[in-house]
Amino acid sequence: MAEQGKIEALYNKLNAEAEAGGYHLNPDKDFTKELVNGLLVNEERYGYPACPCRLASGNKEADLDIICPCDYRDPDLTDYGACYCALYVSGEVLAGKKKLASIPERRPAAGLPKKPAFPVWRCSVCGYLCARENPPEVCPICKAKKERFERFL
Amino acid sequence: MTMNNVPGKDKGSVKLYALSTCVWCKKVKKLLNDLKVAYDYIDVDLLEEEAKAEAKEEIIKWNPPCSFPTLVLGDKKCIVGFDEGKINRELG
Repeated sequence: MAEQGKIEALYNKLNAEAEAGGYHLNPDKDFTKELVNGLLVNEERYGYPACPCRLASGNKEADLDIICPCDYRDPDLTDYGACYCALYVSGEVLAGKKKLASIPERRPAAGLPKKPAFPVWRCSVCGYLCARENPPEVCPICKAKKERFERFL
Repeated sequence: MTMNNVPGKDKGSVKLYALSTCVWCKKVKKLLNDLKVAYDYIDVDLLEEEAKAEAKEEIIKWNPPCSFPTLVLGDKKCIVGFDEGKINRELG
């Protein structure tokens, strides 16, 4: 268990960064702070903040995809309204319109996948470009909503 | 690899493979405690390398992605994740 002060400090930092970037931490603070504690424990144990709900190998190279925020956060937010451990949730979940449950593991069993080619999405309001499966819920630059994105490439 | 035993009502073999840092795993432990079911659990992230490899091998038999929590019932059924409905139906 990490010190309470460290948990509070990291929670506040992650929360500020999430909100500034159009993301949201899970509003269930007790749940979220337990996950933040898990991140601190993993940072101490492995030297990097691996996802608290996944078994890290201890080899940073092999675990790059599960260092929080993991590579699977954004597609899981789009498909399930939360990332795998549920540290991050979608606006819909934040507003209480959708209930959370455990979600399936998206990480391939046999280590890191080959990098797929992603489509590129363009925010029609500010021109922000991002290469990912689907546009983000909110533009991290100008906060325009998802529907204002268009496929660019 | 020795599992930790939690005493309670006998519902056959109930084995929980968990991570000490995972909040969904904690929810499964709490649910099993609330149901007062006897079960064995192990926090795989806390094991030494050899025991960890042994645990992973066992988990993969039931749940190939080796995700947590993995709950194995009577060496017959496996429930992956915090599936409250399923756990209640099987053990409630």
